[in-house]
Amino acid sequence: MITQLVVSQAVAIQERRSARPGSSIYSGRASMLLERGFRAFKSSNWMVVLSGFVEPVLYLLAFGFGIGQLIGNLEDGLGRPVSYAAFIAPALLATSAMNGAVYDSTWNVFFKMHFGKIYQVMLSSSLGPMDVALGEIGWALLRGVAYSLGFMAIVTPLGLVTNAWGLLAIPAASLIAFGFASIGMAITSYLKSFQQMNWVTFFMLPMFLFSGTFFPVSVYPQWIQMIVQALPLWQGVELIRSLMLGIVDWSLLGHVAYFLVMIAGGLWFTTVRLKALFMR
Amino acid sequence: MFAKDSEVVIRAKNLTKKYKDFVAVDGIDFEVKRGESFGLLGPNGAGKSTTMKMISSVSQRTGGELTILGKEPNTHGPEIRAHLGVVPQKDLLDRELKAWENLFTYGRYFGLSRKFLKQKVEELLEFAQLTEKRNSKADDLSGGMQRRLAIARGLVNEPEILMLDEPTTGLDPQARHILWDRLFRLKEQGVTLVITTHYMDEAEQLCDRLIVMDKGKIMAEGSPAALIKQYSSKEVVEVRFGTDKNEKFAPQLEELADRIEVLPDRILLYTEKGEELLTKIVDAGLHPVTSLVRRSSLEDVFLRLTGRTLVE
Ligand SMILES: Nc1ncnc2c1ncn2[C@@H]1O[C@H](COP(=O)(O)OP(=O)(O)OP(=O)(O)O)[C@@H](O)[C@H]1O
Ligand SMILES: [Mg+2]
Repeated sequence: MITQLVVSQAVAIQERRSARPGSSIYSGRASMLLERGFRAFKSSNWMVVLSGFVEPVLYLLAFGFGIGQLIGNLEDGLGRPVSYAAFIAPALLATSAMNGAVYDSTWNVFFKMHFGKIYQVMLSSSLGPMDVALGEIGWALLRGVAYSLGFMAIVTPLGLVTNAWGLLAIPAASLIAFGFASIGMAITSYLKSFQQMNWVTFFMLPMFLFSGTFFPVSVYPQWIQMIVQALPLWQGVELIRSLMLGIVDWSLLGHVAYFLVMIAGGLWFTTVRLKALFMR
Repeated sequence: MFAKDSEVVIRAKNLTKKYKDFVAVDGIDFEVKRGESFGLLGPNGAGKSTTMKMISSVSQRTGGELTILGKEPNTHGPEIRAHLGVVPQKDLLDRELKAWENLFTYGRYFGLSRKFLKQKVEELLEFAQLTEKRNSKADDLSGGMQRRLAIARGLVNEPEILMLDEPTTGLDPQARHILWDRLFRLKEQGVTLVITTHYMDEAEQLCDRLIVMDKGKIMAEGSPAALIKQYSSKEVVEVRFGTDKNEKFAPQLEELADRIEVLPDRILLYTEKGEELLTKIVDAGLHPVTSLVRRSSLEDVFLRLTGRTLVE
């Protein structure tokens, strides 16, 4: 029998949620999008995925071990000497997390929104727009986490993680990936053309180069420092660098808070936009 | 959950949808009862899909009232959608997934268990006659197969109300008849059907009751038979004089029939007695190239109400 007049399972599942706040936009099934992600991923282009991961590794090799020879040691925040490779490795870890998250949450989401049409389909089921937002952000976040794990697997044997706090770099990188995935999708949901999308890519490069990645921001005049410090990548670099160099104090919670706001804001705007675009 | 036959499952009052300043649906009223099969007819741009989307709770109305199973779509969207099966006009398949995965994943969106879906997907692939194409990417299916897959997808959650926006467009005649048969069976099981179509034979076959829409408004409402009775005569005579001459003979013919309709390729004459009228035409010295007497159909109702033929 294709259908029956007793309450269907789908209805029973949904009615269990009906009393919860937010049940009109969230059904608690964002994970179903991850499932879909894995199914679709099986057949996707591995080269593209790998190239995004390789980039920060190449920077580490070229700058950390190449140019690092010429630079010699730097000082960490406590006046101890650190090798140049150990100085940039945390920044490149943060960058890995960012790259993974941003690739998926910008270009891939853009294609799905405008050509794949899968969000309309999802929203005609009993999913709500926030399920779709959280699920897609979660999928992008996974890629960020995968990149950072891969990066850690390379830098740890190289002796660039010198203390136990460094282990926290992995959850920190996940937090950073979450933040970028969230804001990336929110921004993408407002963009309409390839040109606008290129602006995102265009903005990413200077942020990568100048967020204290390859040299401390103290080289800038005060006002530039303030701008850089407002950028998410600097926040991430500072957080991970402090952990990997073992300079830990309560101020790190400030960075964590920054990313929590970024996650919440991105999620909210994405939800609102999905509703405006696909449920109008 | 066994409901009385008279239970109203969809109720629209003064339902309105504006896109910016453009009014796509202009204050329409209708009710759909449980187990009924309800049709929406109308020319392109009449507002059928827009109405379907509002009922499916994927588009927000801008005015009037709408309840589905007694629930307000603005605040209970996911809950309402759990009861509905939606087959959109554009198939909107997930192109990155295989045919069977399209069904499976969609079921997962409803939170259905893998175990349940394993069986369900097989059942539906068979229903859509796609068992052999189960591992094809959605993109690699033919247009008609995609349509069938989209219809099967709409049944994954065992809906009480099935929303079908032009379900048979693009299907070959055989697939069309098979689908009609399946829809009949669903109806027998108590599923409420809401259907839009451009095929009058389909509407006559499938719909217990229908509304004819044009420019966002309802022009008429009733059962196919009642509409024919109300808006058309018993019989229709179709005559052709050749493309340029149709207009020329129109005034003469007008006097013979109750009402005439001049189309680009032919003239339709409405009357109670077709053969008699045809004889009169010939007696009047008019010699159509071809002529035909037939019973009046929904097509004629549609033409009368909207001033347009259906199949463009
Ligand atoms: N998202 C939208 N934004 C602006 N206008 C829209 C939108 N969707 C539909 N319309 C307009 O609303 C009107 C009704 O469209 P709708 O799709 O409901 O027609 P329809 O009756 O389904 O026609 P068809 O038989 O061609 O499918 C059309 O004039 C269409 O251009
Ligand atoms: Mg339509």
